[in-house]
Amino acid sequence: MKLKFFAALGLAVTMGSAIVVFATPPAGTGTITGKVTYTGTPPKMKPIDMSKEPTCAKQHTTPVMTENVATGPGNTLQWVVVFISAGDDNPTAPTQAVKYEQKGCEYLPHVLPMQAGQQLQIFNDDQTSHNIHPLAKTNQEWNKSQPPGSPPIDTKWDKPEFIPVKCNIHPWMHGYFVVLKTSHYAVTGGDGSFTITGLPPGKYTVTAWQEQYNSKSQDVTITGSETKTANFVFTATPY
Amino acid sequence: MTLKKFAVTFALGSLVLLGVGATTLMAQSHVNSPDPLLGTPSVASETSQIGGVTGHAADGKFLYRRFCIGCHGPDGNGQGMNAQWIDPKPRDFTEATFKCRSTPTGTLPLDQDLYDAITRGFVTTNMPSWRPLNPQQRADLVAFIKTWSPRWAKEKPGASLNIPPETPITIESILHGRELFQKLECWKCHGPEGHADGPSAATLTDSKGNPIQPFNFSTGDRFMCGDTNRDLYRIFMTGLDGSPMPSFADVIQPNDAWDLVHFLRTLQTALPNQELTLWQAYKAAHGKDLKPIGPDSAGGAQ
Repeated sequence: MKLKFFAALGLAVTMGSAIVVFATPPAGTGTITGKVTYTGTPPKMKPIDMSKEPTCAKQHTTPVMTENVATGPGNTLQWVVVFISAGDDNPTAPTQAVKYEQKGCEYLPHVLPMQAGQQLQIFNDDQTSHNIHPLAKTNQEWNKSQPPGSPPIDTKWDKPEFIPVKCNIHPWMHGYFVVLKTSHYAVTGGDGSFTITGLPPGKYTVTAWQEQYNSKSQDVTITGSETKTANFVFTATPY
Repeated sequence: MTLKKFAVTFALGSLVLLGVGATTLMAQSHVNSPDPLLGTPSVASETSQIGGVTGHAADGKFLYRRFCIGCHGPDGNGQGMNAQWIDPKPRDFTEATFKCRSTPTGTLPLDQDLYDAITRGFVTTNMPSWRPLNPQQRADLVAFIKTWSPRWAKEKPGASLNIPPETPITIESILHGRELFQKLECWKCHGPEGHADGPSAATLTDSKGNPIQPFNFSTGDRFMCGDTNRDLYRIFMTGLDGSPMPSFADVIQPNDAWDLVHFLRTLQTALPNQELTLWQAYKAAHGKDLKPIGPDSAGGAQ
């Protein structure tokens, strides 16, 4: 039973399927799905040299790559947050906390969306000290040390913002907290696809945000229990 | 014809002259207006409370214009005329993020913290000590600085850090502090010997992306936020917001924090101090048994 579960999980991961986040119990039955791709030339992702942190380096058999423009076969883009930027009036944050891990001197996940006011837990699974430094501008920035074996840091963000996160001790560590007004969002997987579910009927603006190429939006109307397609194309530049 | 032409030329000439006069007058009135250079703060008025002294933004405004505007700028954003020549850059008051605080990371400092900063100045930067201004004037400046960000009107400063009495300075305390220096990865930036040459030192930037150097203990420079052992305790507990230096308040117990303070003093080899004397005597006898601080040390992360 357990084995089956892990096998299924492994399959899901290898297929690079979209990570769908159910932040609140679905209030509607409409779905928006699509793919995020690029045209042009994206920068080449580089292997990260972790030799200065042996406890992390030995956790990786192949070098970890930078992820600021993570691409897949067929010009797809990973780590794009697709969310409802207008038309979703649900200001109550879900009670369930979102989790952010530091593991092998990487941020997992690289981009973490959440709702404003939602509880955020930050874990250090490594055998080295990290400092978590969210460079917030609209919210207030802070900077905390988290040595190995420390309890998780419990926090939340009050205002919507795309917040870069870094570790000053391990300068290759970069990630994002994406704080949203809505509970309807998804992050694209390795195949560039996403699915936002649980949408009540209404007129929505759907926005896709990529850390280096900013945002693109389009309007989608949901009339009932239907699935609408919204694809996004970013123009990639090599720098 | 000539009369008519003359009249027209005269009229036109007068107009031009009038125009020049008016422009000169306007320029004159611009210079004499009460705030020719200051931008509009985001909050009209603020006060500060430093002990029994109440500071007023309206009075601080004139002092700011006289003494601070050159670096911190007419809009309080740290982009004054001199800013381009200065490193580290002048503080941007519109963000209300401050390095020297007695309050937790991510919270506003106390009025007293800002007052102390103005009084002390920041060694190794262009910010001088403003002790020549009297306490009322410094309190007024604190009040005015707070008008640059709306956060002061909306939020309260965090709770001031409680610093328990210092533990005795012993070799055990120093040795334990040394272990913490390794375990908490202080050396990754400050360097194994505190020379600011750790493996990550060259990559550091402040929150605005400007390159910044970690503190070099070996020079014997005073610390930016005060030079006593209590100041040192507070600096690493609350962190220096806006810089790569994190807060350790949630992860170090008070006794351990004092141990770290005692060890950090031994890195100040150019500044004679009690801890250093003790440490040098210990090293002379047991130096060979000490594992060096660094990536291969077993004393670090196991």
